[in-house]
Order: sequence, then C-alpha cells, then structure tokens
Amino acid sequence: MEPFVKHTGKYITFDRANTDTDAIIPARYLKKIERVGYGELLFMDLKQKKGEPLPDFPLNRPEAEGASVLVTRQNFGCGSSREHAVWAISQWGFRAVIAPRVGATPGFADIFRNNSYKNGLLPVEVSEEFVNRLFAHSPGQVTIDLEARTVTAHLPEGDVTESFPVPDGAREMLLKGLDEIGLTLQFASAIDAYESRHPEVAPAA
Amino acid sequence: MGKTLYEKIWDAHVVEVLPSGETLLYIDRHLIHEVTSPQAFDGLRLAGRPVRRPDLTFATVDHNIPTDDTRLNVTDILSRTQIETLKRNTAEFGVPYYGLESDRQGIVHVIGPELGITLPGQTMVCGDSHTSTHGAFGSLAFGIGTSEVEHVLATQTLRSVKSKTYSVQVDGQLPVGVTAKDVILRVIRDIGAGGATGHVVEYRGEVIRALDMAGRMTICNMSIEAGARAGLIAPDQKTFDFVTAVDRPFAPKGQALEAALERWKTLVTDEDAQFDTYYHLDAAELVPQVTWGTSPAMTTDVTARVPEPDQVPFVNPQDVERALNYMGLKPGTAIEEIPVDVVFIGSCTNSRIEDLRAAAQILKGRKVAPNVQVLVVPGSQQIRAQAEAEGLDRIFSEAGAEWRQAGCSMCLGMNPDQLKPQQRSASTSNRNFEGRQGVGGRTHLVSPEMAAAAAVAGHFVDVRNFA
Ligand code: SF4
Repeated sequence: MEPFVKHTGKYITFDRANTDTDAIIPARYLKKIERVGYGELLFMDLKQKKGEPLPDFPLNRPEAEGASVLVTRQNFGCGSSREHAVWAISQWGFRAVIAPRVGATPGFADIFRNNSYKNGLLPVEVSEEFVNRLFAHSPGQVTIDLEARTVTAHLPEGDVTESFPVPDGAREMLLKGLDEIGLTLQFASAIDAYESRHPEVAPAA
Repeated sequence: MGKTLYEKIWDAHVVEVLPSGETLLYIDRHLIHEVTSPQAFDGLRLAGRPVRRPDLTFATVDHNIPTDDTRLNVTDILSRTQIETLKRNTAEFGVPYYGLESDRQGIVHVIGPELGITLPGQTMVCGDSHTSTHGAFGSLAFGIGTSEVEHVLATQTLRSVKSKTYSVQVDGQLPVGVTAKDVILRVIRDIGAGGATGHVVEYRGEVIRALDMAGRMTICNMSIEAGARAGLIAPDQKTFDFVTAVDRPFAPKGQALEAALERWKTLVTDEDAQFDTYYHLDAAELVPQVTWGTSPAMTTDVTARVPEPDQVPFVNPQDVERALNYMGLKPGTAIEEIPVDVVFIGSCTNSRIEDLRAAAQILKGRKVAPNVQVLVVPGSQQIRAQAEAEGLDRIFSEAGAEWRQAGCSMCLGMNPDQLKPQQRSASTSNRNFEGRQGVGGRTHLVSPEMAAAAAVAGHFVDVRNFA
C-alpha cells in the first residue's frame, strides 16, 4: 500500500448526502476478478446517461482535471461492503474524501471507512461548517496532514484548519504503508493460544 | 455494571489487545461468495500464504447466477469466470464449496443458518454487508471488505475497534397483517439511514421474542440499512430448536451440544447493563410500510401519501426531490395509487420458507394482475425443495408467478433478473438505491404479504384489508 503522510491537492465537490456504494459503482461492474480497472467506472450511472456524459456532473467538469480530494456530504459510502467502491475512487485519482458529521449521522459508513484505510484512501470527517466553506469555494486546495490529524483549507479568506478522527492503528498503517496481514501474523502464537483455549470453534461435520 | 450481549461476545473473542489500541478479534465462521473473494485469494497467492482455517470457511455462489433453467450453463462470460474462479480457489485452498451443482446452494445468508454454520455466541464475517442477518442467532456477524476477507483467510482474526451499543426495543404485539419487515422498515425510517453507524444494535422486547427465527433474520438483515455494524438478538428456546433441528450438518451434537447449550443460555444482556443509545417502539401503532424513495429510510405507512420534500426527517429537500424525480412520483400521491410492473419475492431478507408461505397464502386461488411480472425466488435449494413438498410452487404458478431457482436474483442488478429502466417493483429485498435492481429501475420495499397483494391488485394495497 502506498503510504499516506501529508497530501496537498485540488478538491472538487459532489453535493449529495447518503451516497451509497451502488451509486459509487453499480453492481454490474463487480464481475471482474482483478483489483484494477475500476477508476473509469466511478459514479457510472450518475455521470452519464445512455453513454452520453452529463457535462454538469462534477467528474465531467473541466476543474475535475487533476483533482485528488473529493468533498461531499454525510453518510458517504453507505450500503454494500464492496471494496470496489474504494478501488474506483482511488483509481480515479483521489487520495482522500472529505465529508461532514451531521448530528448523529457520521461522514462515512463504517465498512466504507474501513475499506478506505486498507487502500490508502483517507476518509476525513469534519464539521458541517467546514464542508460548507469548501463548497462555497470549489474547486480549491486543501492540505491533509495525517501525522497531525488535521485538514487545512486554503481559502481566499485565509487558511482554516480542523482536526479529524482516525484510529491509531489505521493511522500507523497508512503512515508507513504497512502490510497489515504481515503484522498480524507476528501474533501467530497468540492466535494459536486462543484456538487452544477456545475449543468450541471447530464445526461438527 | 453488567455487560450487554455484544460485550460478552466481544470479550470472549479477544485474542490480543494490540499496541495501536485495536483488538485482534477471533473469527469463528467465515462465509465467502463469488463477488468479493477473488481479489482476496489472489492476495494470498501473491504473498504465498495459506488459508489458516479452511474448516471454518464456507463458500457458495449466489449474486451472479441466473435463477431460471439456464443456471447450470451461465452464458455471461464475466459471471462464469467469477463462478469458476471461486470453484478453483476453494479447491486450491481446501475450502468447502456449495456450488450450483449442490442441493445445498443458496444465498450465503440463507444457507449459513440452514447448514448449522451459524451458531449463538460466535463471531462471523462475510464480504457482504447483510452478514448482519446471522445476528438473529445471537452471533456477532458483520460485513467486511475484500482486504479484510484476505486478512481473515490468512489469520482467522480481524483488527477491530469496539462499536457502541444501541438498544432497539419493540414492545406490545404486532397487529394482524404487520410483519417483521414492517418493524425494521419503521425503525430505519425513525432513526435514519446513518442513525446507527458505529453501533451494534440489539433488538429486544416482546415483539422480538414473539417472532420466529425467519422474522428475526429479516430484522437483523436490515440493520446495515440504518448504518449499524451488526444486529443482535439474544438466543432463546426458538434459537436452540432451530440449531438442533435434524438437518444441520455443522451444528454441534451430543455432548458437544449439551456443553454449547449451557454456554448459549448465558448469552443475554445483563439487567444492569447500559447501552450508548436507546430507541423504543410500540407495536400497536405499526401499519404495513412501503418505501417511496431511494434509501430504505424513505419509508411511510401504506395508508399515507408520498411526502412533500421538506417533510422528510434526516434528508435535505433537494435530495428528496432528486429521489422523487428518480422514482417518478409526485408529493401527495397516495401510496395505494402507485402501480407496479414487477413483484420480486426473494433475497436474504425475505426468501425463507415462512416468507414463501405468507406470500402463497395471499396468492392462493387468486391471479396476478395483467401486465405484472412476479418472480418468486427461494433463498436456497433446500427451501425450494421444501416449498415444492408443500405445494407452494403450484400456488405460485397457478396465480401466474414465476417459480425460480435459488439465488440473489432481482435483489441486485448483477445477474439476468433485472428491472428495465423506469419499471417499478414491489420488492421484498432490502435496498431501494438508484439502479439497485437494474439501471433506472424503481424499487419499493415491502413485506412478502404486501408484495403478493400488490401482485394481485396491480398497485400497492393495504394487506390488512385484502380479503
Ligand atoms: S440477496 Fe441481495 S442483499 Fe442478500 S446477499 Fe444477495 S445481493 Fe446481497
């Protein structure tokens, strides 16, 4: 996995809440057995109709060129567990997605957030106010500093910084670009020990 | 302070607390299907890693396959490749595989309980968000992505962070014509599509206790539609009866069963345990539910009307407008006036024998409305055989419905069973997202009884008045 330490890049905005993974990548594109080739399928049924690109869709606008951060609304990535959604976003060229927590509704759905960490795509949950500022000046530049757990918007009125949550474990993996399975396998003897004290695990047949 | 059921299961599965603060959690059962596993097996091969516990891993095909008589001869090249890849991978890594040729094949979340793979007190994962279904047995079961599938294959553990706990209590008695599906749709409508994110939900109360295992699975199945990591129901005699039924090859027997039952009886939330969040519903106020939009939270009573865009909790008016536009609906339209083109009775939410019986009861001696296509798709080949033994298939065929082979079918637009653009369905599945049942398709989620009634009437009707 490519490490994520600090990233400065262009953001574009996608104004929609509760974007589900079927919208991110429709089920009919999940038939491949490879991990690559999903970038161009991102938002397929939203960005085109009958093969014609919709010029107003954020990814089709000229400012999308070179963008590396997607700014959107709450509960992004809800629905199915398909990691293809994360592959599509990161293979399109995004390194991070920014979405707000609104009341009890978080920026990202749980499985999507986990899948993102595993692929070096950073889910950045911030306040609604912060996201509104980004929407007001789109496209623009942000700097995401994983070491410091902060995101800074470089706005016409000056820089605005907010911190965002990221679990320690995921942060360490991302910073170092580690192979998580390799790390877990270092605990093989603890897993062996668990299996011997938890005998009921084996199925009957 | 006492512990919740979730905390008890979690604590019993801690292998190690890692320096990062994550917990290495042991996984007792791992279910696999064709769509989210190929890249995981590839990863293992690349790194030269074996599957640590093939005996705890179980595979089937469900998402991709046709459910008509062409199923053994899949013509879609990509689908066929995915199916063959799973067959090859499971053979190479020694994982039991219930393929199309098996009489045990079915939707992964239907065959888990059927085979006795799903047991109380276990941890269970699958590369599929509706793994929450198995929580009906008091099993901590949740969906994971493909990277995590690979992690579990290689290590039989997951690096996890503990979730918060959510008590959803449903008291009283379900009115006639109101089902488990209506309960869960109403809960999602009330707490929102992201309302339970970060939480594990435990369903409690008289209504839950009174439900059979099929109804409990329907409820736990849709936990994810409120964002929950998992849904749980404490096991009781109904659970134990299900697990000890004759034909559960992987369930414990004899002495092992006696010992297991002792442990399973402790799987309850302690009286003095606290949840992080609470929700309460009185069943007396429940009526059949119908979704009108493109999120399962966009739900209303069958007796109601399509809402005005500014009258919908948790959703911005412009998102409601977009949803209504997609659905081809105007605010103020009575739900019962909405016509349907297709009725789908199936999916891991509602394809068990109890669901089929409920639909058959409505369809018996009646005819499907002209121009309505009805698919009845059993969740597994075992359920199909059982339904045929009971004569349900004849009831469906005589009514004018199509009786299919087991699979995910029209729950998602990945196999030949799909809506055409702008076709409108009454569906017993779990997601009404844009394009979920096929590009441009319009989905309304309902119970099997409501779906069957809509099939006969040609539009939504209140099944309580359906004489
Ligand atoms: S029936 Fe639908 S929700 Fe269930 S596993 Fe299949 S595709 Fe997923």
